[in-house]
Amino acid sequence: MPHIVIDEARCKGCGLCTIACPKKLVALSDSPNSMGFTVAVFSDASQCTGCTLCAEMCPDVAITVFK
Amino acid sequence: MKQVFSRPESLKDIQTHFCPGCHHGSVHRLAAEAMDEFGVRGETIGVASVGCSVFLYGYFDVDVIEAPHGRAPAVATGAKRARPDRIVFSYQGDGDLAAIGTAEIIHAANRGEDITVIFVNNTTYGMTGGQMAPTTMVGQKTSTSPYGRDHSKDGYPIRMAELLAQLEGVGFSARVAVNSPKNVMQAKKLMKTAFRYQVEKKGFAFIEVLAACPTNWGMNPLAANQRVGDEMVPYFPLGVYRNTANL
Repeated sequence: MPHIVIDEARCKGCGLCTIACPKKLVALSDSPNSMGFTVAVFSDASQCTGCTLCAEMCPDVAITVFK
Repeated sequence: MKQVFSRPESLKDIQTHFCPGCHHGSVHRLAAEAMDEFGVRGETIGVASVGCSVFLYGYFDVDVIEAPHGRAPAVATGAKRARPDRIVFSYQGDGDLAAIGTAEIIHAANRGEDITVIFVNNTTYGMTGGQMAPTTMVGQKTSTSPYGRDHSKDGYPIRMAELLAQLEGVGFSARVAVNSPKNVMQAKKLMKTAFRYQVEKKGFAFIEVLAACPTNWGMNPLAANQRVGDEMVPYFPLGVYRNTANL
């Protein structure tokens, strides 16, 4: 099943991935990482197509995509 | 299950110092992907400028020379002439390339030096505190234009990709943005073209990338990203302005 893995330690919570996902599967959470950034979280893997658009938008290369 | 997207090998696996939503990280990745594509990681020399981009020597897994402010194209000229077998690129912001280093970029381009220049235009001096740059939009408030840029005193934003495209020595000149998935894909393609010019020895290549600076614009990352498309792209049109070798 296609899915993404978000590296929480690298995520700065900018949210650019959230506007990239055509299915709105990525959202910002309320939980901060060790740097204090509220990180992006991935939900509902069953709908992910592995299109990589979230990863293409991430300025911090924090997203890995599997398909 | 196959990994279809991961960090390029030419980009070190470390945290960058860039602010949340800063597009420098995206431009770094696209440049690193281009180096991976041509397999030139071990033979590339980067030339860092002054500004937020200066720390690229810590991020790219290639050898890097740190140039004085604005002088990266001159340093890159020396590196390329001394080692013509190497791939040499400079990476500069707008305060560096379009202000302090205007002479260096114009003459390196006009001489047709066989180098690749990556120009990140975020309409401000990022590292030094958000001062007005030659690319600052008319009306844009910065720390040195608190009432907004006034064209009657400060002139108009300078369009470097078009300006350099007029020079006979230039092989490739283009402007891209990284504010949407579609624009990132186009930027990826043209970044590779900019490196292909050098790999195939077709002459000077220049690629301008429109980028957001949320911190100095006083915006959150998503609003800053939106501004790139709403305000910058209409004034700085995306496209290829010169492509003499049709790569």
